[in-house]
Amino acid sequence: MNLEASTQQLSYIANQASDARVNIELETEGMTLNLGPQHPATHGTLRIIVRLDGEQVISAEPVMGYMHRGYEKLSEVRTYPQVTTLVNRIDWLGSFANEVPFILAAERLMEVEAPPRAQWIRTALFELSRIANVVLFLGDMAVQLGATTPVFYAFRDREFVLNQIESVTGGRFHPNFDRIGGIKDDLPKGWIQETKDVLARIHSFCDEMQDLVVGNEIFQTRTRGIGIIPADVGLSYGLSGANIRSSGVDWDLRRDGGVGLIHDQLDWKVWTHPDGDSFARYWVRLQEVRESCKMVDQILDGIPSGPIMAKVPRIIKVPAGEAYVETENPLGIMGYYIVSKGDLVPYRVKIRSASFNNVSITPWVLKGVYVPDVISILASLYFILGDIDR
Amino acid sequence: MTVFNLAIELAYWQQTVIRSVLALVAVLLPAGTLVYLYLFKMMSFMQSRLGPMEAGPYGSLQLLAEVGKFLQKEDLYPRAADRVVFKAAPFVVLASTFLLVLVLPAGPDAWFINIDTGVFLALAVSSISVIGILMAGWGSASKYSLIGGLRAAGQLVAYELPLVLAVMGVVIQAGTLNVQEIVLAQANGEIFGWGGIGNPFLITQFLGFIIFLVAVQAELTQPPFDMPVAESEIVTGYLTEYTGMRFLLFFIGEFATAGIFSALAATFFLGGWYFPGLDPTDNLFNLLGPVVLIGKMLLVSFLIFWFRFTYPRFREDQLQQLAWKVLVPLSLLNIVATGVLKVIF
Repeated sequence: MNLEASTQQLSYIANQASDARVNIELETEGMTLNLGPQHPATHGTLRIIVRLDGEQVISAEPVMGYMHRGYEKLSEVRTYPQVTTLVNRIDWLGSFANEVPFILAAERLMEVEAPPRAQWIRTALFELSRIANVVLFLGDMAVQLGATTPVFYAFRDREFVLNQIESVTGGRFHPNFDRIGGIKDDLPKGWIQETKDVLARIHSFCDEMQDLVVGNEIFQTRTRGIGIIPADVGLSYGLSGANIRSSGVDWDLRRDGGVGLIHDQLDWKVWTHPDGDSFARYWVRLQEVRESCKMVDQILDGIPSGPIMAKVPRIIKVPAGEAYVETENPLGIMGYYIVSKGDLVPYRVKIRSASFNNVSITPWVLKGVYVPDVISILASLYFILGDIDR
Repeated sequence: MTVFNLAIELAYWQQTVIRSVLALVAVLLPAGTLVYLYLFKMMSFMQSRLGPMEAGPYGSLQLLAEVGKFLQKEDLYPRAADRVVFKAAPFVVLASTFLLVLVLPAGPDAWFINIDTGVFLALAVSSISVIGILMAGWGSASKYSLIGGLRAAGQLVAYELPLVLAVMGVVIQAGTLNVQEIVLAQANGEIFGWGGIGNPFLITQFLGFIIFLVAVQAELTQPPFDMPVAESEIVTGYLTEYTGMRFLLFFIGEFATAGIFSALAATFFLGGWYFPGLDPTDNLFNLLGPVVLIGKMLLVSFLIFWFRFTYPRFREDQLQQLAWKVLVPLSLLNIVATGVLKVIF
């Protein structure tokens, strides 16, 4: 019996060895492909060094820093109100949301709190900038997969959101509107009704995307089961935002964070998806835009009256200390760590931006996929170059 | 387009000149029409924008502006490129287009060549463009071009088969490989004894028509089958390194082929140049036929471009699966069914 078993084992080993020899003989040299820094799919200057075996990815390595602008260092020579001008440009699609955590951190150090009306308007603009940001993703994901039409719908309807942001703040891309202790101006006349019309448009845009993209069979075959990120891997790489929620982790700082925005007074839902693939990431973001519309709608109905600025000194000096505040921004968790020495300028600012971590998972998730899926996975992870490099 | 029953006899060279000019028109006219009507205007309206509006009324002279722009550009080639192959590639692709247009009849006497193996010739010469695309992909000395060229070759070879098999049903039903006689078979046909609109094969060969359109879409490397030129991942595939005149030739080749394939589909399935209610031997059709054919071509290419602007693209392996696992068995089934029914009736 033993002899028989060992003969079988030996023949099995011999087979394996001959297979291995054939594999070595037939092995072709891999090809190194530089996706970027100049590439249509990278929205800017992300570079990914991909080693290919045919069309299959052996290894992928993201190279960041082509657009590093040194905002952390530049912040050290600017007064606190001036810093918002810089941080506006980190995630340029939802720029108002960048200002909020910084202002909240400074407010925490100064121990001031914005009046209720300011907080409500702040939250409304925060959610509007999320809509402006994610709506573009909903169109852009389709364009990365080869459908040209949805992105035009996205730009068309995003325009109305930007108009609303502009009529409050005066800036379409860089509002620079948030102030320590409140906001710069009150809402213009007629804004509430106009915004309600815009929200109805965004709702119909979401329905359109549901039909045109999510319901499309080709879109589903291209995204379902592609780029699966399990919850534990995603958490260990520090993924955040919709990327981690689409892996089934029910975690949203708007609900769980408890910082100075008024999401806890609104009726809304955190959406998760159990699959963790590219389709889940698209689907979760689509639901989030709808939830944001709901939130803004409730804010417009319930906005309290009162002042929009707390009492703060004309020249802002932040007392010595340290503060870290993070919020659930459109791309994920964004946090500011401010160290103050009681001066006009921050002593040190460290920015935790979402896209840096979201892109860091690429070597893990891109291993073994095909070249077309590299693009769809990158698009579904949804990064903004300014948010990676700061 | 030889015999117009003209009063004067033309010399051979005169006939050749007329044929060459008409072939040029037959290639450039569909290309220009499709680009303006569908690529510029229909696509824009679908995407809720206006498209070109400045050059001429409703942007109708935009084509001239585009062609002028391409002609002005320098004829660049990469330093490492295989220059002969690189420069010859667009002409090979365009040659396939010109050969393809020859088999199209546009009237009872208006044809370039009238041979008994017309269908065979059409399907054979349409494959020449694969060689041109492979040449472009290889000669560019660029990784993106190479990947694009290889993808294109794999895809075009795979979809050649359903394309051929889809036409076989028509050939069986008409009983001939001659394109002109396929048109006449539809014009003189009857639907259960009623000959009001002839018998366009669309009715009996509906499955074949669908398969033909899908295969044509893939042959043209248009979305959802545009993996070889997928601009979001491999820039523009085999076209990446081309500029100016040579890029324009590829572009004309693509859209002219789209028009000619649509016209072929119209000929095989919609009755070609024949218009219901008239006598197909009427001399009038030599003038009316081209107009009818262009009208039907626009109908078919509307479908092609509608899909082009709506759908995302398949991945390379999914695309091969569609060809081998769905389209080929379906078209074989279609052939069997057509053959059996042909014997019964």
